[in-house]
Amino acid sequence: MEMVNLKINNMPCQAPAGSTILEAAHEIGITIPTLCYLKEIQRVHGACRVCVVEVKGARNLLPACVYPVSEGMEVFTNTPKVQAARKTNLELILSTHNQDCMSCVRSGDCELLRLCKQYGVDKSNSFEGAMPERQDDYSALHLIKDNSKCIICRRCISTCAEKQGVGVINVVERGFNTHIACAFEGKLADSTCIGCGQCINVCPTGALVERDDTQKVWTALGDPTRHVIVQTAPSVRAALGEEFGLPIGTNVQGKMVAALRRLGFAGVYDTDFAADMTIMEEATEFLHRMKSGGPLPLITSCSPGWVRYCETFYPEFIPNLSSCKSPQQMFGALSKTYYAQKMGIDPRDIYCVSVMPCTAKKLEIGRPDQCAAGPDIPDVDVSITTRELGRMIHRSGLRFNDLPDEDFDPAMGEASGAGHIFGATGGVMEAALRTAVETLTGQEVEPVEFQAVRGTDAIKEATYQVGDLTLRICVVSGTANAAKVLDMVRSGEKRYDFIEVMACPGGCVNGGGQPIQPAQVRNFTDIKGLRAKALYDLDRDSPVRKSHENPLVKKVYAEFLGQPGGEKAHQILHTHYQKREKLY
Amino acid sequence: MRHFSTVPFAGTPEQEEQLKSWLDQNKDMPGVVMPALQKAQETYGYLPIEVQRMVAEALGKPLAEIYGVATFYSQFSLAPKGKYRISVCLGTACYVKGSGKIYEKLQEKLGISGGECTPDGKFSLDACRCVGACGLAPVMMVNDDVYGRLTEDDLDGILAKYTD
Ligand code: SF4
Ligand code: SF4
Ligand code: SF4
Ligand code: FES
Ligand code: FES
Repeated sequence: MEMVNLKINNMPCQAPAGSTILEAAHEIGITIPTLCYLKEIQRVHGACRVCVVEVKGARNLLPACVYPVSEGMEVFTNTPKVQAARKTNLELILSTHNQDCMSCVRSGDCELLRLCKQYGVDKSNSFEGAMPERQDDYSALHLIKDNSKCIICRRCISTCAEKQGVGVINVVERGFNTHIACAFEGKLADSTCIGCGQCINVCPTGALVERDDTQKVWTALGDPTRHVIVQTAPSVRAALGEEFGLPIGTNVQGKMVAALRRLGFAGVYDTDFAADMTIMEEATEFLHRMKSGGPLPLITSCSPGWVRYCETFYPEFIPNLSSCKSPQQMFGALSKTYYAQKMGIDPRDIYCVSVMPCTAKKLEIGRPDQCAAGPDIPDVDVSITTRELGRMIHRSGLRFNDLPDEDFDPAMGEASGAGHIFGATGGVMEAALRTAVETLTGQEVEPVEFQAVRGTDAIKEATYQVGDLTLRICVVSGTANAAKVLDMVRSGEKRYDFIEVMACPGGCVNGGGQPIQPAQVRNFTDIKGLRAKALYDLDRDSPVRKSHENPLVKKVYAEFLGQPGGEKAHQILHTHYQKREKLY
Repeated sequence: MRHFSTVPFAGTPEQEEQLKSWLDQNKDMPGVVMPALQKAQETYGYLPIEVQRMVAEALGKPLAEIYGVATFYSQFSLAPKGKYRISVCLGTACYVKGSGKIYEKLQEKLGISGGECTPDGKFSLDACRCVGACGLAPVMMVNDDVYGRLTEDDLDGILAKYTD
C-alpha cells in the first residue's frame, strides 16, 4: 500500500494514499466531528461541514470527511478558526431545529446535541428566523418521522436506497422547503417501507425513531389479571449491555434475565427456544421440498423485513418462502397453545411481550394469520426493541451492571447453540444444516461448525455433499444484496437449494432496534462482527448445540405437537404470504 | 406543504406509448432522470404520480428518487395546466406596479396557490418573467390574451370572460 507522509496538528504521521483526512486523523487518535458522513454508504457527503479543518496553503477550510491526504500536507484540526467555523455551522443547523431535547428520545445519544455541547453552542446564540413547516409522520406502527429534528444529513436516504434497496424516502423540494419525505408526501404506513429500521440506526438525531411501545408493557405489568410473559431474541443479549455502557459484543444474557424478572414478568423466556422449533420445522420443510421437487430454492422467512421486501419487490418468489412463522411468532403461538394448556391458563389472559433487535417485528405481530389460539388472540401482544427494553430498565432504577446472572425460566427457556446463532447472518443456515444433515444421513455431524456460512460478508455461498444429495446454499444479508441474489436466481445464472436472507446487513445483531452507536463508532468499528462473536461464543459453550437435541423441543413435539411438519405443527407454526401493492 | 392536484389524470394511450418508447430506448443513459422527466413533461404537460410512476418503473428506480428530482427543479410542474393558463408577470416593471398583489388576489379568488390548477381543470395560475410589455405594467396573460394596466378590480371581469 502506498503511504503518504503528512502532519496533523504538527505531529508527523503516515496514511495510505487515497484515505481521507478524517481517516488519517482517526489513526493517530484524533476524532474530527461529523454529522453527515457515514463510511458504509457510497453517496457523496459534504452536507454538514462540521468536519472542516485547516490545511496549510489552502484558502478555505476543507471537509475532512471527503478530502484526501497528500504528501507533505499539513493539517490543523482544532485551531480557533476551525472551532469558530464548526460552531457557526452548528448554529445554522440549530436555527431551524426544534430544540425539544427534554422530551426527545435521543437526548442521551444525539450526535447533534453532543457536538453543540462540545462547541459551546446554546440557544441564545442560534440564528433566529422562520421555521420550516413541521412535517411529522406518525402513520406507521414501527417508525416515526419528525422532520423538525432533521438536519438533512441524508444518511437515512442512502441507507434505505443503497443498503436496503428500498428507497422509500428521499430529499424533496428545495431551499428552505427541503425535507425528507416519501414520494408525493405519502405516509410511511402505506409505503414500500419494509420496516427494517436501518434508517433509525444511522440518524444522528431524533428525526427518525421507533414507535415506543413501552407504555403498553408497563400497563400490562401493572394488571394483576394478566399473566405477562416475555421472550428475548438471540441478538438482544449481544447488544443490550451497550445501553449501560458495556463494551460492544458483551453477552449480558444473565443480567438481562435478572432485569426482566425484576421488572415483574411472570415468565422470562427465550426466543432461542422458538428458533430451535423453527429449525425443526424448516429443516423438515426443506427436506420435503428436496424430495418432492420443490419449489426450490427454499428461502428463509424469519426476518419480517425481508418477508415484506419479498412480498413487495419480488412477489414471484413468494412460493419459495418457507411457510414457517418467525421465531418470535412461533414463540407467541406456542405460549398461547402449548404453554397455556400446560399451565392451565386461559390464552386470553396471557400477555406475550417480545424483546427484539428489530422494528419490523412491530409490524409482524399484526399480520393476518398470526393467531394460533383463536382469531382474536394474537400470538404476540407487543413487540419492543432492545433500545426500548434499555429504557424500561433505566426507568425502573435497576442498576443493570450490578445485577446477578440468572437463568431463563425452564418452561420455554431452554435453547441449543443453534438457536443462539440465529442472530448472526449465516446462523439460521448453519443451525438448519446441523439438523438437516443429521436427519438425511442418520449420522452425527462432526464438527458441528459450518465455517463457510460464517462472517459478515454480504453474500456467502457453499456446496455440501450429503449422502447422495448436493446442497447448494447461499446466505445473504441486507435487502439490496438479497435483490442481487434473486436477480441471479431469476436469470438462471445461479442455482441454489436453500437461501438464508436477513433484511439487516449482518443479520439481527445489526437490527434496526439495536442500541444506536454514533457514526464515529460505526465508521471505525466492526459492530456486527463483535456482536455476532458473542453469539458464536455462546453457541460454542452450550452443552447442546443442535436444535433437534434440545430436550425442550423434543418434549413439545412428544407432548403436544406430534411430528415436525405434521398437521398440528402446521396449524400453529406456519403461515402464508401475500403480494403487496407497490404504491410508492 | 405542496398541494397536490385533484384534477383526474387523463393521459391517452398515445402519450403513454410515446413516453414508454423513449424510456425504453434511453433507460441506460447516464443521468437519465432529468431528460426522462423533461420528456414526460413535454408529453403530458405536467408530472402527476401516474406519469412519475411510469418513469420510475421503466428506469428501475424508486418513485421517491424521481419525485425528489421533480420537486427540486422549478422547470417541472406537478400540477396540470388549466384550459385557461393564467400567468402573471412578476418582472421588475410589473412588480413595482403591484403585480405581486394581483398574483396574490388571483390565488385567493381561484382558491389555489401559484403553480396549481383549479380542481375543475379550468384555470391554472403561474408567475412569469417579463413578457416584453412593460409599458402596460402590471401585465397578466390568459392563454394568448394580454391584459395590461391591471387593477384588482379588473380581475372578476377578466375571469368571467372564460366561462365555457
Ligand atoms: S434531535 Fe438532538 S438536538 Fe434535537 S431535540 Fe433531539 S436531542 Fe435535542
Ligand atoms: S425502515 Fe428500512 S425500508 Fe423503511 S424507511 Fe427505514 S431504511 Fe427504508
Ligand atoms: S431523518 Fe435523520 S438521517 Fe435522515 S436526513 Fe434527517 S437527520 Fe439525517
Ligand atoms: S461534511 Fe463532513 S461530516 Fe458532514
Ligand atoms: S416586467 Fe412585466 S412585462 Fe416586462
